Amino acid sequence: MSLDRARPLLLPLALTLAFELWARLTHLQSDSLAPPSAILAALAAALADLSIPIATRDTLFAAFAGLAIGSAIGLSLGIAFGISRPLDRLMEVTVEAIRPIPSIALLPIALIALGFGYRMEIVIVAFACVWPMLILTRSAVRSIEPRLMEMSRALRLSAPQRIAKIVIPAALPRIFVAFRLSAGIALIVAVTVEIAINPIGLGAGIMLAQQALRADLMLAYLLWIGVIGYALNILLIAAQRRLFGRAALAGDNP
Amino acid sequence: MSIVAMLDEARAARRQKTLIAFNAATLRLGGKTIIENLDLEVRPGEFLCIVGASGCGKTTALRLAAGLYRPTSGAVTFDGEPITEPRREVAIVFQDYGKALLPWRTAAGNISLALEASRVPARERGARIEALLRKVGLPGHADKYPSEMSGGMQQRLQIARCLAQEPTTLLMDEPFGALDAMTRQGLQDEVLSLTHASQTTVIFVTHDLDEAIYLGDRVVGLLPHPGRIGIELDVDLPRPRDQLATREHPEFLRLRRQLFDFIKATEH
Repeated sequence: MSLDRARPLLLPLALTLAFELWARLTHLQSDSLAPPSAILAALAAALADLSIPIATRDTLFAAFAGLAIGSAIGLSLGIAFGISRPLDRLMEVTVEAIRPIPSIALLPIALIALGFGYRMEIVIVAFACVWPMLILTRSAVRSIEPRLMEMSRALRLSAPQRIAKIVIPAALPRIFVAFRLSAGIALIVAVTVEIAINPIGLGAGIMLAQQALRADLMLAYLLWIGVIGYALNILLIAAQRRLFGRAALAGDNP
Repeated sequence: MSIVAMLDEARAARRQKTLIAFNAATLRLGGKTIIENLDLEVRPGEFLCIVGASGCGKTTALRLAAGLYRPTSGAVTFDGEPITEPRREVAIVFQDYGKALLPWRTAAGNISLALEASRVPARERGARIEALLRKVGLPGHADKYPSEMSGGMQQRLQIARCLAQEPTTLLMDEPFGALDAMTRQGLQDEVLSLTHASQTTVIFVTHDLDEAIYLGDRVVGLLPHPGRIGIELDVDLPRPRDQLATREHPEFLRLRRQLFDFIKATEH
């Protein structure tokens, strides 16, 4: 690793080291803090006994399933509203009334309707993922070069052809940005639901560690969630570069 | 034969000789009258050029003929039928080729779009795309993206996509306005030979008076606010036209003077 790439790591490493030293010198006794070495040890142990891998699988399954359902709904609605002004105007009040509801506020209803488990979590994640997808897709579709739409009319492309061959490819780079945003939201909402009530996944793991007064394990879960969120974003950015290098370039130049 | 019958016959004969007709066509958009009572007939196989000061509605007239707009009153007809939407046998070449091509498709892919719209089976597309690229002087550029091509090449590509529709009529909206002089002259001659060979009817909008006379069988000058016909000139210059000889022809110079005087008068 070159020095340039290592430089941003210097501050976090120094702070971690300082905290470790301070924790050892003061013989830290706490229910909310633990020295970094203890956190890493707890993380290693939880990885080894498969409790973290299993919790990760549960959380990611719910997050991705919700993301897939929510994005598909948001994408379809966004394209429809972006293409048809009358439809957009008809649905404006409905959308703006439902959108501000915090997804987590649906928890009590979802719990009654669906009980504990994946389904309830997936529904709440999907609800949260619909909105960024809908809003950003709609604006991406609206900002498509009008000449392209005119050209597609002049060539007599049918409506499905127009959507598949012009609208989606032209809006795709910006739709993917919306998808990245939604993926982040999906993870946050999934963990939140687990912390609040659902006894599965990483969120439930944190709650269990807290109730057992295991500050080190609690912080190990926290660290692990951070790692997963970071990895997810890196993965999606890499995918974006690979998939839309050319299209993204073209889409940004009006 | 009665006089009425003779007149009817004469009218029928004239109608047969008209491909696109504007009959008192008026277009109002957002409370503004863009075009008023436009009467214009385009004969099959004719190369008609429309000139005029900016804002005289020449591009709008072209959009009416393309079926992208519908007249507020009056009618625009193709072969006697009112034009209500774009037709397959009428292709339009836009001025801003950069915005009218799909940046995520190669040259071949852009031409393919027109074939896909016409539901040409996939296995027939390759050969036709190759033939079209050769026709517009772009052989061997099938795999290039528009962003890798010069302005002249991109406009050739757009023309190839229009030809893929196998149009009988080509509507061209200042197609060479953004190109440099040399490229422009080359493309002028190519469009002339392409359309002459296939007897294509062309309506060509331009603000370049020399270009209009050089290309056209007839030049129509529009008056602005609202757009209507101000001058109509038949161009009796020998074909094939030649960039040097035609432009030095006394008739060319006479028409050029007449057209310049007309445009100058409209600008006051």
